[in-house]
Amino acid sequence: MSAFFLGLTVFIALLFAASLYRIVVGPSVFDRAIGAGLIGTNAILVLVLIGFLYDRIDMFVDLALAYGMLNFIGIVALAKYFERKQGEA
Amino acid sequence: MAFVAALLIIGGAVFLLVSCVGLLRLPDFYTRAHAVGKAETLGSMLILIGLAVYNGAALSSLKLLLILVIIAVTNPTATHALTRAAMRSGLKVWRVKGKQTNHDLAG
Repeated sequence: MSAFFLGLTVFIALLFAASLYRIVVGPSVFDRAIGAGLIGTNAILVLVLIGFLYDRIDMFVDLALAYGMLNFIGIVALAKYFERKQGEA
Repeated sequence: MAFVAALLIIGGAVFLLVSCVGLLRLPDFYTRAHAVGKAETLGSMLILIGLAVYNGAALSSLKLLLILVIIAVTNPTATHALTRAAMRSGLKVWRVKGKQTNHDLAG
């Protein structure tokens, strides 16, 4: 099962590369923000999987919990900021 | 039990792949938000359920389910907030050339 978790972690890391492409290329700022949000949600999964790989799930699950809430606050703050920014221009 | 967990996790990984392909291939921001907001949420939830099943009855399984609830609430909310911000700041909607849509008719 450990090799399975390792393979899944590598798979999600490849998905990071895909959303990184959207962050670099994305025509509007909102495309970049949604790519960043996708990376954040996948990072939660990677944190939990690292916990299973190192057999320290009781610690890493707390990290993933905190990271999930911070990710949400960050994305909502970005949305609020850019809405006002482009309304003024 | 490990077989059920592996099945759930592989299903979730397929949904994550679909959301990433949608983010790369779809033509404008709103369609990309559609791909990310739904497929990504479902994929993460399936993977977390699979991991909780694999972990068995423990406190960390309960915390995994708490992460699942947080993702189920916050991920669509964040996508919706971004999409509303884009709509209000006047981001153009993609359309097929020369074709009138309901959005045009509503004016």
